[in-house]
Amino acid sequence: MWWGTFGLIAIEGTIFAIAIGAYLYLRSQADSWPLGAPPPDLLWGSANTLILLASIWPNQKAKRAAEARDLVRTRGWLLVCLLFALAFLVLRGFEFVALHTRWDHNAYGSVVWTLLGLHTVHLLTDTYDTAVLDVLLFTGPMEGQRFVDVSENALYWYFVVFSWLPIYAVIYGVPRLH
Amino acid sequence: MDALHDVLAPFGPQAGHVHALWMLTLAVCTVVFAAVLAALLVALLRAKRAGAESAPDLSSLGRPEPGRRRSVIAAVAASTLLLLALIAASIFTDRALARLSTDGALRLEVTAHQWWWEVRYVEPQVADSFMTANEIHVPTGRPVIVTLKADDVIHSFWVPSLAGKKDLIPGRTATLNFRADRDGIYRGQCAEFCGSQHALMAFFVLAEPPERYAAWAAAQRRTAGEPAEGQPLRGREIFMRSSCAMCHAIDGTSAQAVRGPNLTHLASRGTLAAGSLANTPEDLRRWIADPQQVKPGTYMPATRLSSEDMDALVGYLQTLR
Amino acid sequence: MPPPGLAHAHAPPHLKDGPGPGSPEAAALDATWRDPPGLLGWLAAVNHKAIARRFIVTTFCFFVAGGLLAFVMRLQLARPGARLVGPDLYNQLFTMHGSTMMFLFAVPVMQAVAVYLLPLMLGTRSVAFPRLNAFAYWIFLFGGLMLYAVFALGAAPDVGWFSYVPLAGPDYSPGKRTDFWAQMITFTELSALLEAIVVITTVFKLRAPGMALNRIPLFAWAMLVTAFMVLFAMPAVMLASTTLITDRLVGTHFYNPAEGGDAVLWQHLFWFFGHPEVYLIFLPGLGFLSAIIPTFARRPIFGYTAMVLALIATAFLAFGLWVHHMFAVNLPELGKSFFTAASMLIAIPSAVQIFCWIATLCSGRLDFKTPLLFALGFFFILVLGGLTGIMLASVPLDLQVHDSYFVVAHLHYVLIGGAVFPLFGAFYYWYPKITGRLMSERLGRWNFWLFFVGFNVTFFPMHLLGLRGMPRRVYTYQAGLGWDTLNLVATLGSWIIALSALLFVVNALRSLRRGAPAGPNPWGAGTLEWATESPPPPCNFHAIPVVHGRDPLWEPPRAAADGGPPPFTHVGGLAAHTRELLATTVLDARPDLRVNFPDPTIWPLVSALAVTVLFIGSIFTPWAVVWGSIPIAIALTAWFWPRRAETAVHLRLEQGP
Repeated sequence: MWWGTFGLIAIEGTIFAIAIGAYLYLRSQADSWPLGAPPPDLLWGSANTLILLASIWPNQKAKRAAEARDLVRTRGWLLVCLLFALAFLVLRGFEFVALHTRWDHNAYGSVVWTLLGLHTVHLLTDTYDTAVLDVLLFTGPMEGQRFVDVSENALYWYFVVFSWLPIYAVIYGVPRLH
Repeated sequence: MDALHDVLAPFGPQAGHVHALWMLTLAVCTVVFAAVLAALLVALLRAKRAGAESAPDLSSLGRPEPGRRRSVIAAVAASTLLLLALIAASIFTDRALARLSTDGALRLEVTAHQWWWEVRYVEPQVADSFMTANEIHVPTGRPVIVTLKADDVIHSFWVPSLAGKKDLIPGRTATLNFRADRDGIYRGQCAEFCGSQHALMAFFVLAEPPERYAAWAAAQRRTAGEPAEGQPLRGREIFMRSSCAMCHAIDGTSAQAVRGPNLTHLASRGTLAAGSLANTPEDLRRWIADPQQVKPGTYMPATRLSSEDMDALVGYLQTLR
Repeated sequence: MPPPGLAHAHAPPHLKDGPGPGSPEAAALDATWRDPPGLLGWLAAVNHKAIARRFIVTTFCFFVAGGLLAFVMRLQLARPGARLVGPDLYNQLFTMHGSTMMFLFAVPVMQAVAVYLLPLMLGTRSVAFPRLNAFAYWIFLFGGLMLYAVFALGAAPDVGWFSYVPLAGPDYSPGKRTDFWAQMITFTELSALLEAIVVITTVFKLRAPGMALNRIPLFAWAMLVTAFMVLFAMPAVMLASTTLITDRLVGTHFYNPAEGGDAVLWQHLFWFFGHPEVYLIFLPGLGFLSAIIPTFARRPIFGYTAMVLALIATAFLAFGLWVHHMFAVNLPELGKSFFTAASMLIAIPSAVQIFCWIATLCSGRLDFKTPLLFALGFFFILVLGGLTGIMLASVPLDLQVHDSYFVVAHLHYVLIGGAVFPLFGAFYYWYPKITGRLMSERLGRWNFWLFFVGFNVTFFPMHLLGLRGMPRRVYTYQAGLGWDTLNLVATLGSWIIALSALLFVVNALRSLRRGAPAGPNPWGAGTLEWATESPPPPCNFHAIPVVHGRDPLWEPPRAAADGGPPPFTHVGGLAAHTRELLATTVLDARPDLRVNFPDPTIWPLVSALAVTVLFIGSIFTPWAVVWGSIPIAIALTAWFWPRRAETAVHLRLEQGP
């Protein structure tokens, strides 16, 4: 049943929304923004956004293969997803450096690290989920429910990707607004 | 000090407007409460009794119950109208409170600390400004604008017989306007939990006829005079060499620290330690010797002095009128 | 399109009557659904009734603990200048009292009762995600135990259940007290969020065939709406408490005005959660009333649809009120007026409910048993509390009585009147179902009247205390302010409440042995939980009923078109040797899927222990988040990893599309 995934998406989505709210609130209280730092460099964040969006493709392929109960293709496409995951995790590391601030510099540093950090936690858990699923598909035991699990994992992957878009806009875009 | 401290005993326009709204709301709510209870009681008394074995009445399943539906809708409509009326009353009161004229207002700056109130009277001539603590004097009939700040944690300035409360929040400045329309002593107390001694963080607002206020303000502007020879002078020496001068200021001496209340006119105040003790020599001794006994957790350390030294110190402090 | 690979139930014409109790199938069903014996079996249990029973007992223990804390507080406040309890201990007491009642009792007990009752009311054998349900209980338990362990060590948090910064920040609350408070939030909110997912999925997908959404009991509606509120409200406080810990532990500046932070941000985050929180407590209470009143008025509830809409309207409005906790902060006045209007208008859906109940009582035939008495107590106490709430909604009035004992009176009238009285009614009502025995009516009456009188004697004077200027959260007060007598009266009232609570415990324990045996339906009620034995067998129903109306036990199944016996009365064909359940569609409860449910397993407990280690470790060092993740990952993976034996069973049952 996908209701579990739905519940998780509702909760995590709300956390992101509230964190973005806190960011905008702190900004509204400040005379200038960002505080004591330049806006984050666009390079790594934008590159990562493209990789994240591109990862929808192997994810969708894996979902289709699972719905067709094609074990070999499902295994394969999940592996491709994992490669994308590796890529965006590495780039995410560079994104943190490109923020040019630390969490303990000031409130801006705190909230932008928190926003980026929250999303990163989701990237990590999604990567782990996908890896465990893929291993399971290789080792068994197999039953129809496992294909459903792949399909639900795909939903979660979509959430992780699409929830990034407003966060990207806030972290990289809002500091450049005047 | 015998003081007024009661929402239901308003002595200024701000508290007065709220009191009027309170009476209206209380009346409406009492009527509604009585009506609901009456409806319930009628239902309970009139309904027949039945036990668990009796068959349930399913007649409502097929047919709607128009009479009952009308009653419920009427009750909901009446409640909604009353609520809208109360919302309107609340907005009117808000506007009335905002309309308090501030022409010729006295200006004060209150900074709340854990667990005392720093008060600065802001005069047009900077040299005329003066500091006091925990006790505010105002001329009766003249509006007062209080700027509210906090130094450490959130506090709240509440003197119920004069006005509603306002929070003092570190990093923000707030304002409270009020006017006392009758001479008297009005008690206030911190109304936002601020740590161990939140319970003993009171203050007093003394409303006085304008001449008496002016005399008080003039006295407050004076710095402390030279103490007489003998015990008072020795008392000042003890003050300077003990830890007192590290936190307390006495204008006209070299003690200028601002960590604790300004003591230049300590003897003119009615209470000590933010309303915790009466301002008598015995209580002053008790307080200085061991503040933790009176306000456990306070930041003021104990001062161990011999009996004569303590007499001298207290004697000196009592000259600070 | 349903997910592939899962067995589809045959279309309705193939449903047939199921086996009766006592048959070999019934015995097999019971054996399948029972949790294994012994200590390991108890720890690995996933049966919803087993988890719910221990959950209810645990929350009740916290209720008593919280009550005892308040009892000591009242002893200290009985006289001015009393020295029974100093300020440090008193501040811990009121912080622990508020935190216990709000986080460890009021919301969890409602979820616990729901976990017990919903499958029985909805006509199924389990909650959705039973292992997650078990995990949520353990997490809740460990969080509560952590808080009380810290209290026993004399280092309980002492900055109020709402923990305002900067007082709760690193500068003014040194040590780890506040961090334990913040982490307790993480434990309990995680538990509540997971339980909300369990409740939503159960109500949406695991109903008996024919129980369309407009036929589910109003209690199920109340829990469904509450669960949705939990999903959207709890994240705010989780974010708040986590950022508080980071401010204190790793130097972030969310609440430090000197570095761009804002103390008021805390208030917004906390109250955005905090206001819906009280409705999380209130709505299930309304659900209890909608279960009790029809039974003891011997008629279906009046205005079912209006009641459902009122629940939903209350839930939406509840998210738009939070600033009314912050009227004394310098915020724009126009904004505050909006919150005044919203705070007053939320009374309207509640008024609808109250008038519908009165209409039900008016037109019914009344059976004055103890559950009904507690329900009637609600009308007096909650309505009074609701009216003082209207008073507090007005900004000018609030600015006088905010943070005074007037608010203490208000909150206890609405929470105890709106939730605790219905909860006690619910205990008396469903105790026979859970235990198979009835509680004593005589003791029940004494319990009710002592509680009712004691409550009013304790809390009514507090309205006056607030109006006379007594602020909240004070460990003592000076004599001569007009507060002495009122405080003494309130303390005397607390003794009466304590006596009533004692009576309840005596009644509950004695009735376990000596209560009159209750059959399946001692109250003559109409909902499905009363169709099975008391206590229910491990599988809840030997044959899952097909439902034809809102009160299935009252409304007989409709005859077939040709006048013959009704075509479908029960579900048949589900496996008896493994935990197989029927999932139905969301709106109309048509049979949809056959789902395999998990066997008892120790992994929820182990995962909860691993999560506990991470949570408690991260109070002391941020690196705990890193190394603590590893045992959690292992435990969760083991939890999820399918067993070969189970998979084999499932494969044999699988039917392709």
